[in-house]
Amino acid sequence: MDLRYSEEDIRFREDVRTFFRTALPDDIRRKVVCGQRLSREDVVRWTGILHAKGWATPGWPVEWGGTGWDSVKQYIFKEELLMAPAPEALVFNTSMIGPLLIAFGSDEQKSHFLPKIATLEYWFCQGFSEPESGSDLASLRTRAVQDGDEYVVNGQKIWTTMGHRADWCFLLVRTDPDAKKQRGISMLMVDMKTSGITVKPIITIDGYHDLNETFFDNVRIPAANLIGEENKGWDYAKYLLGHERSAQSRVGLSKMRLQRARQLAQDIACGTGCLADDPQFRERIALIEVELKALEILTLRVIADGPASTGGASDPKASILKLKGVALQQAATQVLMEVAGYDAMEYDGEFLKGAAEPAGGEDWALTIAPNFYFARHVSIAAGSSEVQRNIIAHSVLGL
Amino acid sequence: MDFNLTGDQRLLKEAVERLLADTYDFAQRKSLLAEPDGWSRTQWQRFADMGLLGLPFAESDGGFAGGPVETMIVMEAFGNALVVEPYLPTVLLGGGFLRLAGSDEQRQRLIPRIIDGSLLMAFAQAEPQSLYDLFRVETRARRVGGAWVIDGHKRHVLHGDSADVLVVSARIDGASNDTEGLALFLVDATAPGVTRRGYRLQDHTRAAEIRLENVRVENDAVLGQPGHAFPIITRVVDSTIAALCCEAVGVMANAHERTIEYMKLRKQFGATLGSFQALQHRAVDMFVQLELARSIAMYGVMSCEDTDPQACSRAVSATKVQIGQSARLIGQESLQLHGGIGMTEDYPAGHYFRRLTMIEMLFGDTSYHLAALAEAGGGWRTGRRLEFF
Ligand SMILES: Cc1cc2nc3c(=O)[nH]c(=O)nc-3n(C[C@H](O)[C@H](O)[C@H](O)COP(=O)(O)OP(=O)(O)OC[C@H]3O[C@@H](n4cnc5c(N)ncnc54)[C@H](O)[C@@H]3O)c2cc1C
Repeated sequence: MDLRYSEEDIRFREDVRTFFRTALPDDIRRKVVCGQRLSREDVVRWTGILHAKGWATPGWPVEWGGTGWDSVKQYIFKEELLMAPAPEALVFNTSMIGPLLIAFGSDEQKSHFLPKIATLEYWFCQGFSEPESGSDLASLRTRAVQDGDEYVVNGQKIWTTMGHRADWCFLLVRTDPDAKKQRGISMLMVDMKTSGITVKPIITIDGYHDLNETFFDNVRIPAANLIGEENKGWDYAKYLLGHERSAQSRVGLSKMRLQRARQLAQDIACGTGCLADDPQFRERIALIEVELKALEILTLRVIADGPASTGGASDPKASILKLKGVALQQAATQVLMEVAGYDAMEYDGEFLKGAAEPAGGEDWALTIAPNFYFARHVSIAAGSSEVQRNIIAHSVLGL
Repeated sequence: MDFNLTGDQRLLKEAVERLLADTYDFAQRKSLLAEPDGWSRTQWQRFADMGLLGLPFAESDGGFAGGPVETMIVMEAFGNALVVEPYLPTVLLGGGFLRLAGSDEQRQRLIPRIIDGSLLMAFAQAEPQSLYDLFRVETRARRVGGAWVIDGHKRHVLHGDSADVLVVSARIDGASNDTEGLALFLVDATAPGVTRRGYRLQDHTRAAEIRLENVRVENDAVLGQPGHAFPIITRVVDSTIAALCCEAVGVMANAHERTIEYMKLRKQFGATLGSFQALQHRAVDMFVQLELARSIAMYGVMSCEDTDPQACSRAVSATKVQIGQSARLIGQESLQLHGGIGMTEDYPAGHYFRRLTMIEMLFGDTSYHLAALAEAGGGWRTGRRLEFF
């Protein structure tokens, strides 16, 4: 047993760090540090820079533009990215539809879509959830009926993140209403400009527009856009969920937030000194850091047991990573709230959206509350914490 | 010991609740928020007409001589409906300073106008990067002839944008973290040298950043004894915190009730959320926190009657800590149990959650009051030693 990074890993980490320091445009870095939301243009620009370096899709096979890094290097890359801090890759493209096509797509789909997915020329969104089908995703009702070489789709999706900015959507539809509920589901890709698609905004409690309702009214989708086999969509959905979980501990994100909290606390008066020197404050941060360290080692253990990209049969312990990872992400946003105090309470929607200057408040504090509020979603979306617990109870504990 | 409301108190409770049921449901509230002030003058007048604005004032000042229980009733009802009008800054803070430290002339001039709804007040206390210590004041006031000249920078002045008269804390002596040397001034919010930047807060209430440059006030603007304002500030803020905790109870009660209702309706996996035992237990834990919160709020409010200011402060810190704990659990669990819908602006749960996080922060968050309490020697003192050997 040896829990240290190898010398090669350490050199790699230095390279990655240097790259993030030099290649990330200042305006984007400032937005990420200030917790502002990025525009589509920001994310595309940054992805282009990564792509030029060959690092836009590190986890993909080399033939499709991957790096060939082992799982430890991939972990280091992700962690350094989050701590830089630099924008995260668009998960829908890089971690979801890309790997899915690589695993199950046809040759034509791969050669047409994968390059455009990697550069975000096609920005994908995810059309899974429906108003009546959230945790119980397999009960979904959006219907697809084959008509010649097309599917005709009718129904409604909800919570479509960035649906209003997306070019394409991968969605789950019911193709066999008579089969057992998991059996009659298929996965399609649809061009968001297709007639019959209506996208309506949902404003969240941070005051931001990220989510949408997406309506399908007799939308005709070429049958060639079916992913894999008809009625196997549930297997692909499960593959995606398994694929994502190990990435969801996002230890680097929590570390970065705590580091920021510490730095900001140096300017906050407390007792005869500053908040950063307050023993109780330090203990609160240290306690979260202890848990982060444990989670980091657990993440590396799960990764070492076999990269999730080898197939859907990922380690069910990965559910712990999501469960605990999101709890610590939320705890870190809470610490930032404590540091910012009243300065976090001003609402400045334009600054959150990326305005260069705040309306009058403190730029370091203005996004802390909205990001704290929005962070409540990480224990709800992508398999809620309750769903993760159910998975662990059934699959790990055999209850 | 008696936990019951008197007949009059029950009538007050019914009347406030009925008024809010008729005029302040979630949709009505949304249109109030869209009014130019970000709250409703019409609604304010309704509160005046019902006598709510005069509740805590002595009869000799034209008020209704209500005590802490009456304030508790109103604040809890306001919390339940998420009322955004400036009751706390005008009646509890502004009114509190006038009641405690106002001269006869000041009281006679201002209190009747608070009661009839024509005067709004705000307390300009917090300063940049000061967190919550009430003594941490760098705003300065100096004597010039028979008058005073004030310079300083205040932030997060609740409803400071619409206030007519500000109560400004300023230092006339000492270093920026001395408890001695503070004074309170009544400042006309439109006086020369006062600039205000109003803004919306995360929970849709309002606040302002206020700069005072060479603001001149006459000697009759001083509240209480200049240089010795700290005990008064503490006392008024303590009783305001206690009242705010009662508001929190209303917010939590509503958040909890909504969550239970939703769990009875929402189905996943062919069953209501409420039928899942894991979620039942979570709802129970919320309920436990609600009842603890309700209980400590009663204790906090009644402790403000204590003649010993330190006992009062200790009780208020204890109350704020329990309320903070309860608010955190209830607010967060309410969102979690709602799933995606709770995250949306158009649905009430997220508004209750945001109000709770704001209340947890106002006048000192949980960590702050916990530290204060620990420093004061704990929540209660029996003065008794336990002898075992
Ligand atoms: C910010 C955000 C972004 C999202 N982005 C997308 C997206 O891009 N694409 C997409 O398709 N979806 C997206 N979602 C949807 C997300 O996946 C769903 O919100 C999630 O699946 C939960 O479903 P629900 O909201 O309907 O809650 P419900 O399923 O109604 O759950 C409500 C509560 O009950 C709990 N619960 C449910 N069943 C059980 C059970 N059996 N045992 C114990 N507890 C249970 C849940 O954990 C939750 O706490 C997003 C959601 C959010 C909040």
